[in-house]
Amino acid sequence: MKKSKLFWITLIVGLVALLAACGSGNGDETADTDNSNANEGEDSSDFSVAMVTDIGGVDDKSFNQSAWEGISAWGEEHGLSKGNGFDYAQSNAPEDYVPNITRMVREGYSLIYGIGFELKEDIQNLANQNPDVYFGIVDDVVEGDNTVSITFKEHEGSFLVGVAAAMKTETNKLGFVGGIDSPLINKFEAGFIAGAKSINPDIEVDVQYAEHFGDASKGKMIANDMYNSGVDIIYHAAGGTGNGVFNEAKDLKNADPERAIWVIGVDRDQHDEGQIGEHNVTLTSMVKRVDVAVQDVAQLAMDGEFPGGEQLEFGLEENAISVATTNEEAMTEEIINEVKKWEESILNGDIEIPYTREALEEYLDSL
Amino acid sequence: MIFNKKFAPLLIPVISVLLGLLVGGIIMLISGYNPIAGYQALWLGAFGDAFTIGETIRRTTPLILTGLAIAFAFRSGLFNIGAEGQVIVGWLASVWVGIGIEAPMIIHLPLAILAGMLAGALWGLVPGLLKATLGVHEVIVTIMMNYIALYVSNEIIRSVLTDHATKTEQIASSASLSAEWLQSLTMYSRVHYGILIAIFAAAIMWFLIERTTIGYELKSVGYNQFASRYAGMNVKKNIILSMVISGGFAGVAGAMEGLGTYGNIHLMSGFTNLGFDGIAVALLGSNHALGVVIAAFLFGSLKEGAGQMPTSAGVPIELVDIIIALIIFFVASSYIIRLAILRFKKEGK
Amino acid sequence: MEYVIEMLNIRKEFPGIVANDNITVQLKKGEIHALLGENGAGKSTLMNVLFGLYQPEQGEIRVNGKPVKITNPNIANDLGIGMVHQHFMLVEPFTVTQNIILGSEPKTKFGTINLKKAEKEIQELSDRYGLKVDPTAKIRDISVGMQQRVEILKTLYRGAEVLIFDEPTAVLTPQEITELIEIMQSLVKEGKSIILITHKLKEIMEACDRCTVIRKGKGIGTVDVKETTVNELASLMVGRDVNFQVSKTPAEPKHEVLEVKDLYVKDSRKVDVVKGLDLKVRAGEIVGVAGIDGNGQTELIEAITGLTKSYRGNILLNKKDITNKTPREVTESGLGHIPQDRHKYGLVLDYTIGENIVLQTYYQKPYSKNTILNHDAIYKKAEELIAMYDVRTPSAFTPARALSGGNQQKAIIAREVERSPELLIAAQPTRGLDVGAIEFVHQKLVEERDKGKAILLVSFELDEILDVSDRIVVIYDGRIVADLDAKETNERELGLLMAGSGTDKAGVSK
Repeated sequence: MKKSKLFWITLIVGLVALLAACGSGNGDETADTDNSNANEGEDSSDFSVAMVTDIGGVDDKSFNQSAWEGISAWGEEHGLSKGNGFDYAQSNAPEDYVPNITRMVREGYSLIYGIGFELKEDIQNLANQNPDVYFGIVDDVVEGDNTVSITFKEHEGSFLVGVAAAMKTETNKLGFVGGIDSPLINKFEAGFIAGAKSINPDIEVDVQYAEHFGDASKGKMIANDMYNSGVDIIYHAAGGTGNGVFNEAKDLKNADPERAIWVIGVDRDQHDEGQIGEHNVTLTSMVKRVDVAVQDVAQLAMDGEFPGGEQLEFGLEENAISVATTNEEAMTEEIINEVKKWEESILNGDIEIPYTREALEEYLDSL
Repeated sequence: MIFNKKFAPLLIPVISVLLGLLVGGIIMLISGYNPIAGYQALWLGAFGDAFTIGETIRRTTPLILTGLAIAFAFRSGLFNIGAEGQVIVGWLASVWVGIGIEAPMIIHLPLAILAGMLAGALWGLVPGLLKATLGVHEVIVTIMMNYIALYVSNEIIRSVLTDHATKTEQIASSASLSAEWLQSLTMYSRVHYGILIAIFAAAIMWFLIERTTIGYELKSVGYNQFASRYAGMNVKKNIILSMVISGGFAGVAGAMEGLGTYGNIHLMSGFTNLGFDGIAVALLGSNHALGVVIAAFLFGSLKEGAGQMPTSAGVPIELVDIIIALIIFFVASSYIIRLAILRFKKEGK
Repeated sequence: MEYVIEMLNIRKEFPGIVANDNITVQLKKGEIHALLGENGAGKSTLMNVLFGLYQPEQGEIRVNGKPVKITNPNIANDLGIGMVHQHFMLVEPFTVTQNIILGSEPKTKFGTINLKKAEKEIQELSDRYGLKVDPTAKIRDISVGMQQRVEILKTLYRGAEVLIFDEPTAVLTPQEITELIEIMQSLVKEGKSIILITHKLKEIMEACDRCTVIRKGKGIGTVDVKETTVNELASLMVGRDVNFQVSKTPAEPKHEVLEVKDLYVKDSRKVDVVKGLDLKVRAGEIVGVAGIDGNGQTELIEAITGLTKSYRGNILLNKKDITNKTPREVTESGLGHIPQDRHKYGLVLDYTIGENIVLQTYYQKPYSKNTILNHDAIYKKAEELIAMYDVRTPSAFTPARALSGGNQQKAIIAREVERSPELLIAAQPTRGLDVGAIEFVHQKLVEERDKGKAILLVSFELDEILDVSDRIVVIYDGRIVADLDAKETNERELGLLMAGSGTDKAGVSK
């Protein structure tokens, strides 16, 4: 037994060594040797930024895309181009995170973002292994002097769109479609319910989770159920799954243009997704300016002021959370004023918005 | 004569792969990318240095096992689409044992792997039972079982293993397959001892199928149920057994992820695709143990190397998926290739 | 002399084999022309060439003296060539008329199907050729012989002048065969011409004018039936002299080996098909079960071998009750079974000959020990049997699929006989085999009998039953309706009994 184990280990080690030898023999003149040299003699003009998406992909019309827009904006401001100063790596599956982040490390990027809470662990590990490289995580928290954590007060924004929805609803029934039942998405849920019930405690909110961030057909199915049961406004925090919610709403609107049906978008202003003929079913969107946050941090790091070890929480105050008012027809002045009123009380610290289900219950009891 | 009978089973997958790469290259060319640079990046991404080699091996490990799972079921005439769900429950069970039990490594690690295997086997048992007793087609049941596995394990992670977190804590080191020295040897890749287990599993599959009466019965049932019944074999028992063993292999694949790669289990926002890729691996490997190992290695290399293509050669990752799809396509249409070989042979005379 | 169809020097190749090599068939107007050859000789290929399904590499087809190119079956139809297939292509729930007009429905002025007109036409056709078909009957309600006549009507309705019959008698009773021959003769009298594909020599002698013989893809020649004999035709077909008589000594039956008492079995549709059947088979005799397909033979065998369950009655093998035991238990009690469908039941086609040889014994020593297979023992045994039973195969490692039907059957017989069972059930053991292989099978059955084994032979071929059996029982509607000494009965008597119209004879086991 022992002998055979030893044999296997020897075999593997031999194999690895062999492959490594022939691998490096073939590819010595690649970019990584050049770049890693550049990393050592770092001056500000060599500063480069990369991001690794989660499995939503870079064109998810949501926060991956938003983050990439922020990095692109930062890069263009400094005369850089994609692949030359800034870049992204797309992950098709969770197992791609480590190779992708590692690749960016070895390409010599100075600051590497992991977009989404799913990358937390891997960012943490690689940050520990590579103390000379800056790492950032969006939507979660990692530790270490070479890391920065970017989180958002989504509950604040969700509270405000909850207020808007409560003002708008005719049936007093709202819907919430979450991606995965997780602490992050629970923030959206809690804020939304708190906002709606602050206006009218009798409002019902139907909460459903798709258990998926990219399953549009599931989203469509849930939306169909909700709209059929009398819900007239659905707030989604479900990434690509949310596209199904938009589809269903547009289908219903198309069949009966008189019917009052609304969707509340998330992360970016999803006004465009709601357009159907002359109508638009997007009431508003809970805009989370991942781009602003990512761009800010990149600038700080480039200027040598990297907020190492800090957890930066972006909210209304930092202008990183806002409520879209693009749909002027739907967002009446009355609604906007009400939203503004609540926004001010949040900024003043008059109310504390709940961000977990437990806190939500306390909040509702206090109403 | 090069088209020797002995090499024919080998020849077709090889030609399929080459054709896939060729057509992929043409597509790259048409889309305005340099195929040579693209494939060079692919090579470097998979074997460029110790890290990528480590990652390639790591990626190959579960694919070998899911490939074996599906090949095993195929050999007895069953299409186990449920490897995906069996991976998930195997993963969950192994991590559960990895976290929940304290024991010395010599007990803890095998126990955790065994838990993964049993969970996968259980997940295979259900469709096997339904097929054997009620004649319900295993494809339908296993697809459903995949969803049950996904949602149930997410709920268990959320409500039982953690207090509403997105991932569990790390398993005890006594249940871990990862080894510091292996990782440091490969510049901190996530390569782990699992590859040995996978290769060992392949050897078991080969032995079971080719050298035992169990395999003889399973294959017989797969080829011809009527003749098997006529010969006195218990067809129902064999269907159930086949699904259970197949599920066991897939469950171990899940354990490799849980005990080796990640050391925990996280909420899954979708399928791992390990089970689905296993179908292609089994197909490419002609449902043969050694073939599966080679095919899994090829798949692992392609998938690992693919990540490098956007960075070094600017080729979009979607294109790499297309190339992999093309290879599967050519394998699946091996009949056409076989025909072409025959034609070629005839004209060559 | 005027020929309606001439196929001259036809050559058709498939990868690796020449299916037709320089075959010439000339069909005179108004004759019944037999196409004789063993299975796999190339008869079907030749007819598919004529029907436009294959294109010949070489040769010429002429219709009424004019060269034609038949590239698909529609052209063949237009040229007046019709095919009566061996496997009927009929829609069961439809009526005769609906089946016949399928694909060329006559329309009324409103565009609906003009059923009335079609029915009238079909009735006329039926009367004219003496087919006695009711145009309004549903296919599932009429007999197999009648269904075949519907197929004939179909070709006539489409205006066929030349009819090709593909092994038409395989599914018929002796009486029906006689009727079919009468129908063919009346068709010829009305000016039609007929090609009859067959390997049954007796039918050729009875019905045909001339006969073209094909052997191994080659045209051997055309003979005038009046000037030949059965033996000459047989040796032309096989290429050597053939002995038709099964040589055997009178049986010396001993103790009872199989006893079936008052057995009831349902088929897959839960309909009673074996209804209180009694049967005894003794050691040292061959009992032939005569009957038309579908009278419970299949279910009887399945019940004895354990493949299906009976719900009443008993089956005893050597006094031991084996009713509703599993196939393995039955096999181990001393039963050998040459199954009716050798591809479905008899062999795992993708297994090698060696693996097939141990299909029931793989779990026993020496073929395996503690579940681990002993390939050496398996293939040693296989090679031994291959030599003993003259199975023509490249090696014991060749997949069973690659063997010819006759050699597959030899392998099955080798396996079943080798286990030396007390009772050997042979169901349709010579179906689809050529003359040489049939000889071999019959000889083996008699040998086993002489060794003191009990043999139960089930066959739809009356010749086989009469030649091989010592005792003949007739099965009709799930019961044994007659028990006869093989030497004292004849085809006519059996035919009547099989059709259910015989009087009960003495000796029916009660």
